[in-house]
Amino acid sequence: MNRILATAISEFRIAFRNRWVSIATGMMVLFALVLAAAGSAPTGDVGVDRLSVTVASLTSLAVYLVPLLTLLMSFDALAGEVERGTLPLLLTYPVSRLQILLGKLLAHLAILALAVGFGFGAAALVAVRSDPDAIAGLASLWRLIWSSVLLGATFLGAGYTLSALARRPSGAAGLAVAVWLVAVVLYDLALLALIVSDAGGAFTTQVLPIALLANPADAFRVFNLSAASAVAAAGGIGGAANSIPLWQSAASLLLWPLASVALATAAFQKVTL
Amino acid sequence: MTPTLTISRLTKRFQSLEALKDVSLALEPGKRAALLGHNGAGKSTIMKIVLGLIPFESGEVRVCGARPGSSEARAKVAYLPENVAFHPALTGEEQLRHYLSLRGERPSRAMELLARVGLLHAARRRIGTYSKGMRQRVGLAQTLIGHPRLLVLDEPTSGLDPVSRRDFYELLDGLAADGTAILLSSHVLTEVEARTDRILILSGGELVAEGTLADLRTRAALPIVLLVRPAAGHAAALATAFPLGIQGKDGVLRIACDQSDKLPLLAGVAALGHQVADLDVIPPSLEDIYSHFSRRDGQ
Ligand SMILES: Nc1ncnc2c1ncn2[C@@H]1O[C@H](COP(=O)(O)OP(=O)(O)O)[C@@H](O)[C@H]1O
Ligand SMILES: [Mg+2]
Repeated sequence: MNRILATAISEFRIAFRNRWVSIATGMMVLFALVLAAAGSAPTGDVGVDRLSVTVASLTSLAVYLVPLLTLLMSFDALAGEVERGTLPLLLTYPVSRLQILLGKLLAHLAILALAVGFGFGAAALVAVRSDPDAIAGLASLWRLIWSSVLLGATFLGAGYTLSALARRPSGAAGLAVAVWLVAVVLYDLALLALIVSDAGGAFTTQVLPIALLANPADAFRVFNLSAASAVAAAGGIGGAANSIPLWQSAASLLLWPLASVALATAAFQKVTL
Repeated sequence: MTPTLTISRLTKRFQSLEALKDVSLALEPGKRAALLGHNGAGKSTIMKIVLGLIPFESGEVRVCGARPGSSEARAKVAYLPENVAFHPALTGEEQLRHYLSLRGERPSRAMELLARVGLLHAARRRIGTYSKGMRQRVGLAQTLIGHPRLLVLDEPTSGLDPVSRRDFYELLDGLAADGTAILLSSHVLTEVEARTDRILILSGGELVAEGTLADLRTRAALPIVLLVRPAAGHAAALATAFPLGIQGKDGVLRIACDQSDKLPLLAGVAALGHQVADLDVIPPSLEDIYSHFSRRDGQ
């Protein structure tokens, strides 16, 4: 445990020096405030508090931003050590590869938690100031924060896996962008195209829920939308959220980080010098 | 005494290249051994195997009685890689605090370690601003963490100036006196001469010679050179007395002879009495011995 913590402290320090902490936090705060400002424009009131509306739009933001941020933080984690030549010495220390990986994960998760905490917190402040009833939405904000951290853990694990497989930071960066595009953008586009062509047939009722649960980004979206009271507003993929029980999206959200960190550990074990 | 490190019949190949062939050696506690060899001889490869960083084809390696790379072995072995590198964003102190924690030692000892390698003044600067010699010293400092039973140092003095080299070998003397076994590699021959108990010459992946410097000298049986300086006016007489010698412009006579002929020859020189002003005996240098044993194929 001490070794994991020591690794995490060192990694956090490096990320702080490389301005990752301020970049991540700044980016989150900026985007969240923009969304909060947009959300505070008068909407045809449907009896939903302002914060819940903001959380719904923050969810859409997080689906794109959290995977991007975490992939950017993680693609260099192992490939960078290989390239700098710091890995051989580290591996002669009495610390396991799993401990090294968990230390890095802990540091990167802390940075992500800071970024989403500050970003979403700032948006919440804006919402509460313009609508005191928005306090009612705090529960969904809290849910969004911790589920963002879980989503981030999944993509951190994916980033470490790519980093171990590519062994060179430039190669890992390319793979990270590809994973982001596929998981966050293309996957949903493909699903949308299938929904449209299927027109409410077997695909939409049978396959779609599974397809949504299988992608961590979609599971995150479904989880937050179905848990929030603002579900009604969302159409398309959001509409399918209704048909998926909450426990299923929650399970997907919890299992994905475990799977991706296990994958990263396996990939790291295969790195030879 | 049971050896700290034993390697028996070790063979390692990289694809078609046989990097190590049937290498055996043993290193007892408190002994310092120097691995000498050309670039590509296999020095770093042996070290990486001892540390468990790379696998090997056949043979047996035991480190403090354990398998190389096992957590038991890693707890007792410290390593200084060739061209050691650290994250440039960390300071020397932060880097050492991290390594101390990984070995379960108190991180607050970082400054003390940096002081031992003469790096206290730069402890709070980022390693990215260090010179190669300073990075090398951070590398040395981290090998002093805990009480390693075996130190594996790959070209430890590269990048160090002569004074730092002397300090470095003094540091090693202290560790060896405490019972730490030390395996180091070098291609700077002169500096290992006085500072190690044993020399291992590696050539093309084979251990071609092993022993103390005196052993190797005897075994190589390389010629010894006598330099005889004549007294004023006796240069010609001297040249006639030793027809095998070669006389330089300054009159100094160079006589090469086998080890076994050394004493008779010295007696002959002494017999000349006042005709001789001075005499030097030059043993074969470590470089000569080294190239004798590590001749590459065809040379
Ligand atoms: N990872 C590797 N893959 C292929 N060949 C290697 C690898 N590492 C070392 N070698 C080869 O093995 C031989 C011994 O290398 P090395 O142990 O580094 O030599 P030294 O340290 O004595 O200079 C060299 O011919 C080198 O090219
Ligand atoms: Mg080498």
